[in-house]
Amino acid sequence: MKTGKTALVLLACLMMGAVLLVAGCTTTSDVTPSANAEKSITVFTAGSLKGAFTEMAAAYEDEHPGTTVVLNIDGTQALRTQVEQGARGDVFASANTKHMDALMAGGFMENDTVSGFLENRVTIALPVSNPGDIHGLADLSTPGEKVLIGTPEVPVGGYARQVLEKMAADPEYGENYTEAVMANIISEETNVNNIIAKLLIGEADAGFTYTSDVVTPAYADQLTTIPIPDEYNVVAHYPIGVLKESTDPETAEDFIAFVRSGPGGEILRTYGFEPL
Amino acid sequence: MDLNRSEALKRGEKAALALGISLLFGGFLLFITVPVISLFLRISPETFLASLSTPVVTDALILSLTTAVACVLIVVLCGTPISYINARFAYRGKDIIDTLIDIPVILPPAVAGLALLMAFGRYGIVGKYLSLFGIEIAYTTLAVVLAQVFVSSPFYIRQARASFEAVDTNLEDAARTLGASPVRTFARITMPLAAGGLISGAVMTFARALGEFGATIMFAGNIQGRTQTMPLAIYTTMQGDLDASLALAVILVIISFGVITGVRYTLRRGDSA
Repeated sequence: MKTGKTALVLLACLMMGAVLLVAGCTTTSDVTPSANAEKSITVFTAGSLKGAFTEMAAAYEDEHPGTTVVLNIDGTQALRTQVEQGARGDVFASANTKHMDALMAGGFMENDTVSGFLENRVTIALPVSNPGDIHGLADLSTPGEKVLIGTPEVPVGGYARQVLEKMAADPEYGENYTEAVMANIISEETNVNNIIAKLLIGEADAGFTYTSDVVTPAYADQLTTIPIPDEYNVVAHYPIGVLKESTDPETAEDFIAFVRSGPGGEILRTYGFEPL
Repeated sequence: MDLNRSEALKRGEKAALALGISLLFGGFLLFITVPVISLFLRISPETFLASLSTPVVTDALILSLTTAVACVLIVVLCGTPISYINARFAYRGKDIIDTLIDIPVILPPAVAGLALLMAFGRYGIVGKYLSLFGIEIAYTTLAVVLAQVFVSSPFYIRQARASFEAVDTNLEDAARTLGASPVRTFARITMPLAAGGLISGAVMTFARALGEFGATIMFAGNIQGRTQTMPLAIYTTMQGDLDASLALAVILVIISFGVITGVRYTLRRGDSA
């Protein structure tokens, strides 16, 4: 009996200790390292903007010493879910209008700050070695080709499906074209960088990506492309805006202004985008 | 004559069996070791060393080690009394509690991540009341630690309970008879005798925490320096920077091996002492 009581007291003490420890962790871990009058903004960045925005952030930090730009990079749909579940950030750069519209409707954006800032298109990317021997859009439907596409939710996957629909509507490819291509899909990826990664290591023959992904300086010599003609292609509009819960809306707006500025546009162009 | 023939047959059977077993062993060992070795073969030492200084690698390494250590501290602090009480006392509902403690082991990490988000997210069952006080957990470093504690705690609690059960209660009783207080008995008799098991449980927990991926990416998100632990960094850098990805993977393999050999060594020394 007595032993039980003492054990309980011991347990209570240890529990208190653990709680204190957790509390200690909380207060230290949530403070950004730059607490002394330095600024930090978090930019939710669509996967396809990874290269461009990494350089953009570095250029912005160079111009504004003391300001840190943290990038949260993933498929737009995943970033949207994070925001809807309460993740904090300052800027949201989306690869389509659908997810941005949903965020605006949900009251997560400062709606008057949101507008399009660049255009992009869909293309078929292939490893330079061309393991699937693909020389035209029709070859994608050849049985046995290993093709990658985004999930329907990630913008790049949504756009790719629109392209396939437009092609299937043209007698040149025929109604069965989409089905035949979808039968060759080896994986549906949640962001475009996963598609690029698998192409770079040669695990797939072709993938639906953005033109910007293949023009990107980093991969220019490793990936090649089969262009999708305008009649089947879709124009991807990328909107950017300040998140309603931004703790530093001024810096957030200033960063967006920098993205839209001349030097910002130059960086976007380097990475194969068409700034508006 | 007959005997000889059956002898020979038996010998042949034995040889065939031995060959079959060694093929099975060899094949299986190759299947386990070749992928791990491949990690080392795909990256040159120069590239590996160069990658070590890239921010994404250093950030992930520091974050992983600090969160995993914090996780182990929390699990040991909370788990030790729980496992001791469950090893020594019978009470109503003990079986249910045992089962509940084991839930994270059978729960897929993705489910754990979703569950944590639904509970502690800003609009979660518990999280919405916490936000009233300005406490936000999801998508922070704390969320990383909580995800790790959630998935790795059963490894320690199970092992610790078994170690406490293995301690001879007569020794504890003897200490108590000789006038030692329960706390002193626990500290001087029970803990040292169970120490080997407790350490190996804590190390298993550390290893599991270090490797945590699914629950972390869903509950804590993927932000470099804040929530991007080594497994998340491996996943992220594989999208474009395979060298950094391989470097991180190699570091994790080395840490894992270090942990395993370290534990084996301490346990062996503990046994012989």
